[in-house]
Amino acid sequence: MINKDKKPRILIADDDPDFLFQLGFVLRKAGYEVDVFDNQVDTSKYLEAHRPDLAIFDLMMERDDSGFVLAYHAKKLYPKLPVILLTAVTAETGRDFKPGNQESKRWIKADLYLEKGLHPDEIIAYVRQFIKS
Amino acid sequence: MIMEMLKVLVVDDEPGIRSGISRILSQFIVGYPFMDEDIGFEMMEAATGEEAIEIFHVNKPDVVLLDNKLPGMDGIQVLEYINQNALEIEVMMITSYASLELAVKATNIGAYDFVPKPFTPQELRASMENLTKHLFLKRITQRMNKEGKQIRFQFLTVLSHELKNPLSSVEGYLRMMQSRQAGDSLEDYDEMITRSIKRIKGMRNLIMDLLDLTKIESGKKPREIKDTDLVKVARLSAEAMGPMAIQMEVEVRFAGLEKLILPADPEEMEIIMNNLISNAVKYNRRGGKVIIRFAREDNKAIIEVKDTGIGITQEDQSLLFREFVRIKSRETRNISGSGLGLSIVKRLLDLYDGDIVVRSTPGEGSCFKIELPVNTR
Repeated sequence: MINKDKKPRILIADDDPDFLFQLGFVLRKAGYEVDVFDNQVDTSKYLEAHRPDLAIFDLMMERDDSGFVLAYHAKKLYPKLPVILLTAVTAETGRDFKPGNQESKRWIKADLYLEKGLHPDEIIAYVRQFIKS
Repeated sequence: MIMEMLKVLVVDDEPGIRSGISRILSQFIVGYPFMDEDIGFEMMEAATGEEAIEIFHVNKPDVVLLDNKLPGMDGIQVLEYINQNALEIEVMMITSYASLELAVKATNIGAYDFVPKPFTPQELRASMENLTKHLFLKRITQRMNKEGKQIRFQFLTVLSHELKNPLSSVEGYLRMMQSRQAGDSLEDYDEMITRSIKRIKGMRNLIMDLLDLTKIESGKKPREIKDTDLVKVARLSAEAMGPMAIQMEVEVRFAGLEKLILPADPEEMEIIMNNLISNAVKYNRRGGKVIIRFAREDNKAIIEVKDTGIGITQEDQSLLFREFVRIKSRETRNISGSGLGLSIVKRLLDLYDGDIVVRSTPGEGSCFKIELPVNTR
């Protein structure tokens, strides 16, 4: 169970305001502290000052690779911080971006890739894998 | 006249034949009334089939003139190699053993034509001329097929993405309501309902824009050209945009001519004005201005829509009139749009031989300038 004194803090960055609203809502209801941002620049600034317990980044925001950049930045600051990347890239291009082999693991700094179509309540199950209390 | 060069490889074990063919073709130029460019020939030579195959991969010839009787592998084997490796090379067989049997075999496995040796320079030129024409038409067809298909595919991919996102948002809100995630009274869901309606409106706008675009594209939109006052059309558009302008505290002003009458389809002019004025309001800053100016220069009607908004970088300006291009930045992320407006404007202006250009400074504002020839249909 989640410790009542100090709720785990989750950072979400996604440029779709409705997705932010929905995922934020579901996670808060599940007992997490949630900070949301809709762009790469503000998310970066936040990371400089705060270490969340989990970060969830959308791959494409104001830039096509915003999520990669944020994941890299986050892992550089906090190597142990779990990072989930959300991407619709596979659905749209047919290309697989999962960090399957060692080669891609070296430069793609994410612990988990999730398809963007997932419903927020399904994402919770993955969140729980990373935040065990 | 610009000249395109076709690379031609002559494969023959007799040096005299090779240099003879090279000399004749290097001075030969093929031109057709339907081609934009004349075509000349850049000559290469090989003495054996093995040598020819090496050159295929290094220099990528367009055409091979191929002798059948060669010291190592013979001409038919070279031809088979080309087929097996799916090389884009047209083959013309040349051989002194001009038997019908060999000719049939060679054309059956993909040779384009056959020239019996000995041949006169005139016969060689005539054969090359045919082959060049064939190659030219083949490439044009390939290119058109490819471009047409690719554009269609891209369009549909982006379109499905643009519709899928709002659909999953609305679905998400409905699921949250279904499982009463925010509470048991309807008021608890007010924000979700408002957000859902906003996304549905966005989808509707996209579909409306898409209908406009397909009507223009298919040429099925009935056009009614009559004397139309562009200033009046613009004033009506600005009025329709009033509520949004008030919300944004943007002031819309008119300048220049008070009447500008042109033979045009009023509905098309309205689509153009709606798009430009709504962009100028949407991408403005709070408390900003929009100035719509009308003028006449020589035989042109000039319409300028100028805003004091976020502006567009040089790089983004070049993408602006393409379908589904929306400029993504921190400033635009909360502004909704279909990404079709300006491509619709551009297509409509094409119908009038008109033009649109943009001048913009990021952070200061943009100015879209339309020029319409006055004596059009």
